Amino acid sequence: MSFNRETDHGTPPAIATGKNVTLTIDGQSVTLPEGTSIMRAASLTGGSIPKLCATDSVESFGSCRLCLVEVEGRNGYPASCTTPVADGMVVRTQTERLKQLRRGVMELYISDHPLDCLTCGANGDCELQDQAGAVGLRDVRYGYDGATNMGQAKDQSNPYFDFDPSKCIVCSRCVRACEEVQGTFALTIENMGFDSKVSASQGEDFLGSECVSCGACVQACPTASLIEKAVVEIGTPDRAVVTTCAYCGVGCTFRAEMRGEELVRMVPWKDGKANRGHSCVKGRFAWGYAQHQDRILNPMIRASVSEPWREVSWDEAIAHTASEFRRIQAKYGTRSIGGITSSRCTNEETFLVQKLIRQGFGNNNVDTCARVCHSPTGYGLSQTFGTSAGTQDFDSVMAADVILVIGANPTDGHPVFASRMKKRLRQGAKLIVIDPRRTDMVQSPHIAAEHHLPLRPGTNVAMLTAIAHVVVTEKLYDEAFIRERCDWDEFADWAEFVSEPARSPEAIEPLTGVKADEVRAAARLYATGGNGAIYYGLGVTEHSQGSSTVMAIANLAMATGNVGREGVGVNPLRGQNNVQGACDMGSFPHEFSGYRHVSDTATRSMFERAWGVALDAEPGLRIPNMLDAATDGTFKGLFVQGEDILQSDPNTHHVAAGLAAMECVVVQDLFLNETANYAHIFLPGSTFLEKDGTFTNAERRIQRVRKVMAPLNGYADWEIVQLVANALDLGWTYGHPSEIMDEIAALTPTFAGVHYDRLEAEGSLQWPANDAAPDGTPTMHIDGFVRGKGKFVVTDYVPTDEKTGPRFPLLLTTGRILSHYNVGAQTRRTANTAWHPEDRLEMHPSDADNRGLKDGDWVTLRSRAGETTLRALVTERVAPGVVYTTFHHPETQANVITTDYSDWATNCPEYKVTAVQVMASNGPSDWQQDYARQARNSRRIAPLEAAE
Amino acid sequence: MTRVFVSRDMASVALGADDVARAFGDAGCEVVRTGSRGLFSIEPLVEVETDLGRIGFGPVGPGDVAAVLDGAHAARLGKVEDLPFFVGQRRFTFARCGVIDPLSLADYAAHGGWQGLGTARAQAVQQVVDTVKASGLRGRGGAGFPTGIKWQTVLDAPADEKFIVCNADEGDSGTFADRMLMEGDPFCLIEGMAIAAHAVGARHGYIYIRSEYPFAIATMRAAIAASAHIVAPFTLEVREGAGAYVCGEETALLDSIEGKRGQVRAKPPLPALQGLFGRPTVINNVLSLAAVPFILAQGADAYAAVGFGRSRGTMPVQLAGNVRHGGLYEVGFGITLGELVNDIGGGTSSGRPVRAVQVGGPLGAYFPPSMFHLPFDYEAFAAAGGLIGHAGITVFDDSVDMAHMARFAMEFCAAESCGKCTPCRIGSTRGVEIMDRIIGARDTSHPEDKGKVSTGSARTGEGYLDRALYSRAPNRIDVSIEAQTSLLRDLADTMKYGSLCALGGFTPYPVLSALDYFPEDFGASAPIKEAAE
Repeated sequence: MSFNRETDHGTPPAIATGKNVTLTIDGQSVTLPEGTSIMRAASLTGGSIPKLCATDSVESFGSCRLCLVEVEGRNGYPASCTTPVADGMVVRTQTERLKQLRRGVMELYISDHPLDCLTCGANGDCELQDQAGAVGLRDVRYGYDGATNMGQAKDQSNPYFDFDPSKCIVCSRCVRACEEVQGTFALTIENMGFDSKVSASQGEDFLGSECVSCGACVQACPTASLIEKAVVEIGTPDRAVVTTCAYCGVGCTFRAEMRGEELVRMVPWKDGKANRGHSCVKGRFAWGYAQHQDRILNPMIRASVSEPWREVSWDEAIAHTASEFRRIQAKYGTRSIGGITSSRCTNEETFLVQKLIRQGFGNNNVDTCARVCHSPTGYGLSQTFGTSAGTQDFDSVMAADVILVIGANPTDGHPVFASRMKKRLRQGAKLIVIDPRRTDMVQSPHIAAEHHLPLRPGTNVAMLTAIAHVVVTEKLYDEAFIRERCDWDEFADWAEFVSEPARSPEAIEPLTGVKADEVRAAARLYATGGNGAIYYGLGVTEHSQGSSTVMAIANLAMATGNVGREGVGVNPLRGQNNVQGACDMGSFPHEFSGYRHVSDTATRSMFERAWGVALDAEPGLRIPNMLDAATDGTFKGLFVQGEDILQSDPNTHHVAAGLAAMECVVVQDLFLNETANYAHIFLPGSTFLEKDGTFTNAERRIQRVRKVMAPLNGYADWEIVQLVANALDLGWTYGHPSEIMDEIAALTPTFAGVHYDRLEAEGSLQWPANDAAPDGTPTMHIDGFVRGKGKFVVTDYVPTDEKTGPRFPLLLTTGRILSHYNVGAQTRRTANTAWHPEDRLEMHPSDADNRGLKDGDWVTLRSRAGETTLRALVTERVAPGVVYTTFHHPETQANVITTDYSDWATNCPEYKVTAVQVMASNGPSDWQQDYARQARNSRRIAPLEAAE
Repeated sequence: MTRVFVSRDMASVALGADDVARAFGDAGCEVVRTGSRGLFSIEPLVEVETDLGRIGFGPVGPGDVAAVLDGAHAARLGKVEDLPFFVGQRRFTFARCGVIDPLSLADYAAHGGWQGLGTARAQAVQQVVDTVKASGLRGRGGAGFPTGIKWQTVLDAPADEKFIVCNADEGDSGTFADRMLMEGDPFCLIEGMAIAAHAVGARHGYIYIRSEYPFAIATMRAAIAASAHIVAPFTLEVREGAGAYVCGEETALLDSIEGKRGQVRAKPPLPALQGLFGRPTVINNVLSLAAVPFILAQGADAYAAVGFGRSRGTMPVQLAGNVRHGGLYEVGFGITLGELVNDIGGGTSSGRPVRAVQVGGPLGAYFPPSMFHLPFDYEAFAAAGGLIGHAGITVFDDSVDMAHMARFAMEFCAAESCGKCTPCRIGSTRGVEIMDRIIGARDTSHPEDKGKVSTGSARTGEGYLDRALYSRAPNRIDVSIEAQTSLLRDLADTMKYGSLCALGGFTPYPVLSALDYFPEDFGASAPIKEAAE
């Protein structure tokens, strides 16, 4: 794929009405949907009308006046961007008169624009330059001595892009992109007339403003006024490769724009069906970790974790890995080793790791990070609907009338989808937020939740059951839907259960702390407000009743008939880029790919035939079980690909003890992460830029990841797994990830129709994609639930054992922030630290006052599990009695605090509820200092002996 | 007790009406504060109720009480409506202005108020719209678009909510009719809006009044409160402008009401279909809405019987600037410009010959006396390269420097441009620079013109833009008068045909008319009209 800009039709497509109109443009007869602009009509028919303020990511604006056209029978020269086509219209886009007018306008533009094209960062990639050429401007008769906006200081505060007001043509594309695409409203035009200029917030610099660095403004800018620093430094790109972002589960597709082997910028791809041309600060800008100096590029081994690392050849590292695993199995048994797949690696790589374990290790000791995030989603939705995945595509939100967000913070965690959601809310959809914190969804520019239910952490099931109580007792349920699609008797049992007075909003008000009438109003709105769509996150799953909460959500959706069509559904917002895929690929100890139990003989035989070995019919160990077994002395070897369990899993002390008890820990990663402090073998990993494969996002959409540069470490991750497998004599011969996908398709019914040639042709596919659904499945359960009848499950509220008391009076809940991603291994190695250099403890002013704490003070955070130290952030975002922190920084180690409590069904840790105490502190705790010393020690790499 | 009438209009108050009213009150009179009759050369005006009717005295001061009450004051005018300035008028819209107490519901009802609303509410909505159409009423804000057709569009637009918006951001220089009506007969505007609301199915209305009109704002608010029970369920509120001329442009006005920066919207969509908060909206000028009660009460034919060509009914013409009898003159279309300036206005107040008149505010064309035969008519003015606009006429005598007036037009545009479209945003500033070069070159070659005093507010070397621009010496470009005049015409062409709204689009009217009719002020020896469109 060579470099050319994506086609810009100038204005968005018309809102479909089903009616077409026929008109003539420059003598050519054209038939198009009504509402299409003349500009877009001309572009779609191969014409090109000069334009500057129009771009098809935002609504037409009509300010630049370059796109004027002649329309027979109309006075003057209407702007083609703001004038819709009409039947019988005769349009001329190129006449002498129009040339004269356009040249007159361009002459004005250039009279207030620097003439430094040759040294400008946007030289060759500038629409003003292009259009000046297109209209044939040759002279600026106004001279350059008049008033000017040139010579203003650049704003270079943002780490990723510069704002040069001198090069601004005041087209407002940035302002409109910030409003319409991103929905942040951080930019405005200040002053009037000739003095009009773009301003971030109230005349602040970009970094200090409300700008969230999504990049929409930079993308929209037609000149060098807003430009990526990388373009200024490296130059304009010469080729582009479409690939998929390796951050969150939204799965944005980007054009990786390259100059030679150097990545210049990531530009969101307009045809990407998950992101529709939008991006966030992480995917758009925070890819510098891929070239960060901390990256490990050579394999390393050591006999014990107290020794420094020794760099070795790939051959030695792979052979050592195989011999260690075989040695341990010989000594401690087949089931004494296992592995963890990575939700950040591709489907193909994940599939290979679980295959390595099942085929090569001969057991089912495989698990993945979904254990600690969305395993309750898999369980809960599979029990009720029959599929371990969300029911909708992202586009569906644009048809929702009532949006219910539970335990999710999409503006931070899933920002690109949050922008779609906010766009729909601005169009008039209503919003209900169930969350202990006042997130940005509750109240932000032009967005306000109709109802915010700030419940006490740990009371989700009580709250959702109370909502169901209102739906049932006030007869707001959809009887026809339930009778047709669900088991009526099960519904009746459930209805009787939820109707009990003890489950009314009034009865649970003391538990949740939320006013009963607010709960009732929210329930009525969801049940009767039209299409009701539920979006939820880890605030639902990471609880001792995570699976129950997921089922309570499913019950609610079924009871109100909100499943099986556009605009409704139950939608988990998945955390990692490929956590859906990792689950799909058989990463759980009890399931093969496609969620088929290992005890199912037919399925197992199919795999046994394909892989030529007998497979274990017993489910293997989950991560917590592996660690328990390790401390018990029965589990001795672990292969961890692309996951940092020491930092991300709960109760760090316990994880560390488990790892320390093993004889061989192999870590395959980009960096010496925290887990690697306990590793004996380190296999350097490759980034998403360095390999081919696929990721599956939260809407079950399978998208291509494409190699844009050679792996700095020498091998793509799938190749490394294959090397290990072949050192174990498995005889794998994959030449390309497409061959792995062919194997997945052959062995997994829901993936039967997935092939790379189709992904190339169609961009993406949503599983199930097979003979029954040849085009994939954007919306699930349309004609019936996958499991047959939808199942209502009684969800009794059981309070967590983690309770507040005199010693631990506050409840800690944890989460993420926009600029960082999970354990921060990637984002901490980018300039994103400008926004969030450390984890802070959010606490309500009253709680801070009671303890004599001020904003910015060092505090000790202590739970029954441990203690750490960090600085306080005093804010009313959290309710009194609740504190909140992020877990992005290993220095903080928030998971030292979190406990061993977990979901009853899936062992998903209860990250969201920990009883804590907060008190003043003088700085890092002894533990933190010890840990930092140990980590430094463990990361030592012995100097290479001189080779020459 | 003697009853006297003294205007509370802002212009009358500026001339001392409050002191006069107080003096009569102190003398034991019952003082009724009215709106203004509309002739400022007789303000402060006192009318004394007598057996012969209301006898006017003006101008008078606080010391004239005894003489006035005595009936012997030298400024005795007789019955005001018999004065020459008034006898020729057709007061359809301003019938009550200056006559009644503006906030007296009794007065309003006694003078025919609410009859139009009563008639309208007894009719089907389509019939009301048809009546307005049949009257031939056209938008009095300047565009002259048929009001009935606009209402029809809103009536036909399906929506959960519709709005009536009154544009009272009267910003044109030399205009004051909106203000006079709001201060002198506010119920008339409210009645017009209530009729519009009934006709199109709106429940709520906004009156957007410029902040420079505090009396009008206070009067309208009081009148809205007093008449709420009459117009219910229709409700109304006043929104104050924030001082931007461009907010008189209807779409910028809508943005301003919505709380946004007052910036012009592209059309389509028409406000009639997607107006305030995206809902179908009737947005009309004060004078358009205030004409409606008469039309409904007296019938479309009564209104349409007056007028000229396609311009039906009356126009409240406002005479201002260097004119002897400044004021408001409501008359049927068709009267000539010369009659208005010379016969009604009485020529200049300076006594010098009239050199130019500007019709339609700062964006209107300048006409020399040779064009005084023009009938007051939308089409006739358009054909002559001008516009009626809001019917403000500003008179200049022979001391005016028309090059400075052309510069002022550009400077006004630069100061008031919202900054959205390029021709207006950059072009107006470039226009000022061109005019500075032309004036500079002219004054170098014709030193006798140097320092010629202009009557407008155009100044050189000070104020907006000047500090930044004026001292800059142009170079590398052809600064000859011929080249700069040619560039000015090209710029005017780009602005006229390229601008998004009338601010940039109409600025060429005063500029080119000054250039075409008064070339000698631009340093040219002969008329240079051939390049004009």
